[in-house]
Amino acid sequence: MTDLLQLPLLLSLTLGERLALMGVVLFVLLTSVAYTVYAERKIAAAIQNRIGPNRVGFDLIPQLGFLKGLAGLGQPIADVLKLLFKEDVVPSASNGFYHLLAPMISLFAALTTIAVVPVAAGLVIADVDIGVLYILAITSLGVYGLTLAGWASNSKYSLLGGLRSSAQMISYEIAMGLSVVSVVVIADSLSMTKIVESQTANPLYWNCFRNFLGFICFVVASFAECNRAPFDLPEAEQELVGGYNTEYGSMKFALFFLAEYANMIVASTVIATLFLGGYQVPFWSDAPWWLQVGAFVTKTLFMMFVFIWVRWTIPRFKYNQLMDLGWRKLLPLALFNLLLIAMGVLIFEA
Amino acid sequence: METVSFILFSFLGALVMVGSIGTVWSRNPVTSALFLVLNFFALGGIYLLLEAQFIAVVQVIVYAGAIMVLFLFTIMLLNLDDEQALKEKFDLQKGFGILLGGVLLVEVLYILGLKINLPQKSTTLTPVEIGEAKNIGRELITNFLFPFEIVSILLLLAVVGAIVLAKKNFSPNT
Amino acid sequence: MGQEISEFGKVFLFLAVGVIFVVLGFVTSRLIRPHRPYTEKLTTYECGEEPKGSAWVQFNIRFYVVALIFIIFDVEVLFLYPWATIFKQVGGYALAVALVFLGVLTLGLIYEWKKGYINWVVPTPNIPKMPTKKFEKPKSLEKPKVAEPETTA
Repeated sequence: MTDLLQLPLLLSLTLGERLALMGVVLFVLLTSVAYTVYAERKIAAAIQNRIGPNRVGFDLIPQLGFLKGLAGLGQPIADVLKLLFKEDVVPSASNGFYHLLAPMISLFAALTTIAVVPVAAGLVIADVDIGVLYILAITSLGVYGLTLAGWASNSKYSLLGGLRSSAQMISYEIAMGLSVVSVVVIADSLSMTKIVESQTANPLYWNCFRNFLGFICFVVASFAECNRAPFDLPEAEQELVGGYNTEYGSMKFALFFLAEYANMIVASTVIATLFLGGYQVPFWSDAPWWLQVGAFVTKTLFMMFVFIWVRWTIPRFKYNQLMDLGWRKLLPLALFNLLLIAMGVLIFEA
Repeated sequence: METVSFILFSFLGALVMVGSIGTVWSRNPVTSALFLVLNFFALGGIYLLLEAQFIAVVQVIVYAGAIMVLFLFTIMLLNLDDEQALKEKFDLQKGFGILLGGVLLVEVLYILGLKINLPQKSTTLTPVEIGEAKNIGRELITNFLFPFEIVSILLLLAVVGAIVLAKKNFSPNT
Repeated sequence: MGQEISEFGKVFLFLAVGVIFVVLGFVTSRLIRPHRPYTEKLTTYECGEEPKGSAWVQFNIRFYVVALIFIIFDVEVLFLYPWATIFKQVGGYALAVALVFLGVLTLGLIYEWKKGYINWVVPTPNIPKMPTKKFEKPKSLEKPKVAEPETTA
């Protein structure tokens, strides 16, 4: 048992074992996506003084008797099964191939980001030297999924939704990039692991305090990149029906749905890594790896809660307000913050 | 290890070829654009093989992530789906294109044939070292300081140019 | 073959595992879901009306301008990354270099700002005015003036 708690065991994996690990990571991620939806519905219900999903349970399965009374927990499974059984309607006016390709691009863009996020010291799928840039590159490719979905569906709502989302995502990428530059200035490296190490185990040195403005910029830009409220104009139900996924159903819709929530989870892990000290356990710099994983998961869950909380609290922007916020408020703020951080580093550390 | 990188290079090179040929051959402009994205991606992979990771990622961010988005927008903006509409105008441009392509080919062959040493700024770094972002940064602000600052002016010109071009069809205050 | 390539190799491996997951999902779904298309089911959704024409139309040039400006600033940000990684070692000199670089580009930002190209223009439709007639308020409806109560010390 003590062997299992030693990290080196995890690092010396054969190819087969590594593949198995990746499969496990993906399975955990995709399941947690399903349960994030459940959590979101429950939290939304609590905020709006409702009950939320409370019907689908495991009462009929005797082996899961201990879950009796927790009805509602079966909801995500029921949802997935329902989507699996739905007919796949591809509108005759649409471009079939791109109609299929778009949700795949969306999901893969969301999933590949997680590969460079360190979960504990040394525990990362791929420790790329330029991890931060890798994340930005993958994020910039996510635009294609939504644009293509909008275009391929050949529906007015989809096209408008796709266009809106791509213009929105590229607008907020600049502010996001600039706030990441300020993180790099402090950490002196583009590697995710080194950025986490630079924040040390002392919470006061975490970037959310040292680089407060950058933190704000990055979080706001992440909301916009994930197309979540208050930036959910690409799928504003009241005006665009379903936005870019109006013409989607069945598994393809499930992929978009997965991608949206996977994006949120991944954005939370990235925020936790860049600004909340990543896997650092407060005041314990060489904590055992499982505690580090715990710290990392806690921070990620906290950020996910913030995502959900904001969505159910703040109303949607108008499109001109959204552009205004991106280009005329966030961009100058991120530039100013970069200058501030550079001066701060000069004064305190050089 | 040599053979592995050779296989990888062949694979990526083939992808680049497929991307380029697909870009030129496909009838649908959106397909063309996506083949070009594939091309850029594979090129990024080749940069990785050359240990130039920073350039590889920049290649993906700038070309695949930014410029091709603009291309897609343009294709959608001009509604180029109707290929018939394009055919009429293309005779003159085609001739000009062949001419320019020929000049470029001659130029490349000339350089290859004569093995001219192109004028270049020298750096003491090995090709592997220059792949790292840190070394690029150091070179940028020491050896290549002037070009670095000139780039900012180039980008400024691009901003102005973009606005002047857009002005024809679009005036913000009406 | 460096360390770095094998790290990217792992990313591709991860992606491959992801592809397997998705393909499995699609195949399962294909096997168990119904497939009964007919013309009307396959029309584009337009709130119950017959769809009017293709959606592949020209759209507003504003999106294009945003993409153009984005490219320029994206390149600017990318130039800052190598600079940021050596900032600590070089110090004040690096700050001066970046100030010149960013200063020139901020000029561009200000130019765009002043010209109004980073505003998202809200269309101002020509709305006909609501006809209004003015009526005098009858004297009887006016509030009688109440004398202010005297303040008592």
